[in-house]
Amino acid sequence: MAKKAESTLLNMVLVLTIIAVVSAAALAMINNVTEGPIKDAKQAKTEAAIKQVLPKFASLKSTKVLIEGDKDSTNCNLAYDAQNNLVGIAVEGSTEEGFSGHIGIMVGFDAEGNITGYNVLETQETPGLGSKAGEWFQKDGKGNVIGKNPGTNNITVSKDGGEVDAITAATISSRAFCNAIARSYQAFQLAKGGSNNE
Amino acid sequence: MLQRIGTIAKNGLIKENPTFVLVLGMCPTLGVTTSAINGMGMGLATTFVLMMSNLVISCLKSVIPDKVRIPAFIVIIATFVTMLSMVMEAYLPALFESLGLFIPLIVVNCIVLARAESFASKNSPFYSLMDGLFMGLGFTLALTLLGLVRELLGSGSAFGMKFIEGDAMLLFVLAPGGFIGLGLLSAIVNHFRNK
Repeated sequence: MAKKAESTLLNMVLVLTIIAVVSAAALAMINNVTEGPIKDAKQAKTEAAIKQVLPKFASLKSTKVLIEGDKDSTNCNLAYDAQNNLVGIAVEGSTEEGFSGHIGIMVGFDAEGNITGYNVLETQETPGLGSKAGEWFQKDGKGNVIGKNPGTNNITVSKDGGEVDAITAATISSRAFCNAIARSYQAFQLAKGGSNNE
Repeated sequence: MLQRIGTIAKNGLIKENPTFVLVLGMCPTLGVTTSAINGMGMGLATTFVLMMSNLVISCLKSVIPDKVRIPAFIVIIATFVTMLSMVMEAYLPALFESLGLFIPLIVVNCIVLARAESFASKNSPFYSLMDGLFMGLGFTLALTLLGLVRELLGSGSAFGMKFIEGDAMLLFVLAPGGFIGLGLLSAIVNHFRNK
């Protein structure tokens, strides 16, 4: 077997430095290659999500609104038909009240504020329980929220007196989801108000 | 040589199966095995890291001084894990989403360091690569099996195909089910191993 390098100070410093530098160079290279595709994949996902939650539209305009009490602004995508009428707004809403913290959703509202669709973008909720939010609140799911209007319907879980059936064994995730919808609706109102004033 | 590879294969897959026999790397094992696909994805990701780190560490074993071997190994392992996570995020976004949280944890998966320390730093690069491959496959096998059991019992599906309406025994999708499933599977595997 080959002789081991001795553990002298020079040897140790040299070897660790070389390994670290080579690793850093390799990572920088990979990062360079993957940066583009990662960005594309994220953007494609956002666009697909917008198409999924809104009725047919001709053009999109994005804007940022600040919900009262929030530090970061919320992205809203205003969709217009060919005659430039507002057909709906897709809000990139979020909440920090999930069972495992942050939940990011894309919610589509038509011009009147009825929910036309939603899509869970980011979630760390418990797999098999809270993570079901992606299907549960859809039109054919048990806790259907599609078509409801947060302005007139009470979008909270039934345990809290609302109209939404919570996910079995995941009430906290369901509450967080309703919270995210409520916050998205706030953003929707702000974005709609902003677009009317123009 | 073939015989040697055979021994390594048997070691990795059955005799010293990382999950059922060595009981290493329990964190990802219990964390990701909520479905068979997740388990398999995690297993294959770990296999890649194991093979690459074993290969590189074995090549460098004579130039790494003993006293700094652990930090050197960790840097090498972390490099491969980070590469893997970036490549996955770019080209397999769907898989990355379900495993994302656990990919960085491969760095501290004791199997990877254990194989580097106990095999790669003593054997030639080729056998180290083989050891990484079969240890990784053993891990993949174990995770897929555990994932399949939990998925079957917990959500009534296998590899994403549903058999029953609604939920089954939800307990098995949650952490306690992971422990129960792992315990039962280990018992079964060890029963046959000792025969």
